[in-house]
Amino acid sequence: MEIHAQESEHLATSTGLPNIKLAMWLFLASDCMLFGALISTYVLYRGASVVGPYPNDVFDIPYTSVSSFVLLASSLTMVLALAALQRGDVGRSRVWLLATALLGMTFVGGQVYEFTTFAHEELTLTTNLFSTSFYVLTGFHGTHVAIGILMLLTLLMFSFSGRLGPEKAETVEMVGLYWHFVDIVWIVIFTVIYLIPTGNPA
Amino acid sequence: MSEAERSTGLAPQAEAATGSHQGSGHVARHPSPKEYVRIAIILAIITAAEVAIYYIEAIEGLLIPLLFLFALVKFALVVLWFMHLKFDSRTYARFFMMGLAGAITLFLIVLLTFRVFAR
Repeated sequence: MEIHAQESEHLATSTGLPNIKLAMWLFLASDCMLFGALISTYVLYRGASVVGPYPNDVFDIPYTSVSSFVLLASSLTMVLALAALQRGDVGRSRVWLLATALLGMTFVGGQVYEFTTFAHEELTLTTNLFSTSFYVLTGFHGTHVAIGILMLLTLLMFSFSGRLGPEKAETVEMVGLYWHFVDIVWIVIFTVIYLIPTGNPA
Repeated sequence: MSEAERSTGLAPQAEAATGSHQGSGHVARHPSPKEYVRIAIILAIITAAEVAIYYIEAIEGLLIPLLFLFALVKFALVVLWFMHLKFDSRTYARFFMMGLAGAITLFLIVLLTFRVFAR
């Protein structure tokens, strides 16, 4: 009965699709614009700093590569959590949700360490154009990851209190969409900011 | 196991909750965990390749096109498989493409206005 009620609830929408999922995709589309603006700003000021430190002086590619692997791994654990819940395996979904949150925390911890290292190398928010655009862009991304971690921990709390069964799979899918979006933004940031070389001014 | 459950691999409650019946009889089949792992391995290999080519001086001229190509493939894999756009209703894809097109347009307008490509 409950199943039929939920199905008809979805079909009652004018699109025949769940409104919450449409809303999430619309939000992600708007977030694309936000990160598009921030990435554009970084590219606009690339190589325009007149005082150092410059990107080549501070970036540690092997370290950031590990962070990228961590975030990619968290995307895998997120989809595994959703798949487990859709199968009705609440216990396993809990494990994967926890793993996703821990991997997210590792990523944010890595970013905090990176920022601290940069600050010790005299690269602060107001040092030059590179530092301002870099910290604002990666800081916004890190904040998104932190918000994602809070969502995951909330889901875990619901799971332990017995309020996250297979009937709530759509909720996990929404958090998953947000989490994967954060991952795809990092894919672009890693390439554009870290891997594409910026020569130091002569 | 019901016929519907066998066809989608979902628990019936989950099927209703995830909106697997996406209206007009369309049934979205999400990938299996094995498929997810396979995609994640491909993503890891591409990331390793990205980092590797960064250090190869012999292909310096090809570095930027290759990095963009790798990033595009990774982006597509995550969006299509992990975010299920390959399997879900096209409406979601249209919404997302709208934002993506907006972001790319903004990017190009800013960079063309300030003649970044001419530097």
